[in-house]
Amino acid sequence: MPSPTDRWLDKEAGPVVRPYAVISGRTRPTGTDLDLIALVTAVRGARARPADLGPEHHSILRLCRLPVSVADLASDLDLPVGVIRVLIADLRDLELVTVHNPAPPARLLDPRILREVVDGLRRL
Amino acid sequence: MAYAGSDQGGPGDAPVAIKILVAGGFGAGKTTLVGSLTEIKPLRTEEPLSELGTHLDITDGVERKSTTTVALDFGRITIRDNLVIYLFGTPGQERFWFMWDELARGALGAVVLADTRRLADCFPSVDYFERRAIPFVVAVNCFEGARRYRSKDVQTALDLDPDVPVILCDARHSTSGRDVLVSLVEHALVMMSGHRSAPAVPAP
Repeated sequence: MPSPTDRWLDKEAGPVVRPYAVISGRTRPTGTDLDLIALVTAVRGARARPADLGPEHHSILRLCRLPVSVADLASDLDLPVGVIRVLIADLRDLELVTVHNPAPPARLLDPRILREVVDGLRRL
Repeated sequence: MAYAGSDQGGPGDAPVAIKILVAGGFGAGKTTLVGSLTEIKPLRTEEPLSELGTHLDITDGVERKSTTTVALDFGRITIRDNLVIYLFGTPGQERFWFMWDELARGALGAVVLADTRRLADCFPSVDYFERRAIPFVVAVNCFEGARRYRSKDVQTALDLDPDVPVILCDARHSTSGRDVLVSLVEHALVMMSGHRSAPAVPAP
């Protein structure tokens, strides 16, 4: 019978890692929640002191000149979602990015938009 | 609810991101479906094992601050500028269920993929979305060599509400996957209009 540890630490679970050095061991972002599909946009013209930012912060700023989702950023930079959230929250605190959370619950989405989605899917 | 976002105007305004989940048992074709519709982008989430331990209390021998990574399939369909569908394949193994609540939050709806050879595998997904009143459709992935059933039979076998669409599909083909998404969005629209016609609840 597998030990309790084996049950978690298999191929599907992936490697067990310590919280990343890249975010100085922090595991929780500051501020409000960042949804996986929240859109992150760099604030045009904003400047940060170089000492405030690490290379990953700069990578995010480069990728979000146009709005890009939290999930896309995590995938494109090959960083776990938990890490990318902390980095984005840092940038938000420094007012270098704005975050547009998907505000209305799905149920309240405009029916016109959903019809547009249906039409768009049919054209694929 | 009070937050019928004022920034959520008509088409062409603020960016709209729509989240759709693809659920179902292990091997039901979740990755195939997402991959037939869009390029799959691997997404890693990281979960503290201590949180898992609170569910199952089996953290013996594991350092408290350790985390484990869970891989998800993630894809994006651009309908137009500022209108994008994000697809997330949910991890099938039940031990990763704690992640579903985050994935399901704000989702427009879900596709539950079913394999008729192992229909029971999709029960937990059906239960999950039924309980949370999240619109979902059941897509029966017609594997080669598997016996064919009618939608009606699957609906009965799963004891579904008669309004829940059941679609026969082939997850390998994009047109088939697209039809599944269309029926989900249409189903969500119907559910939404049902909510709208209900007596309005005054805002607090």
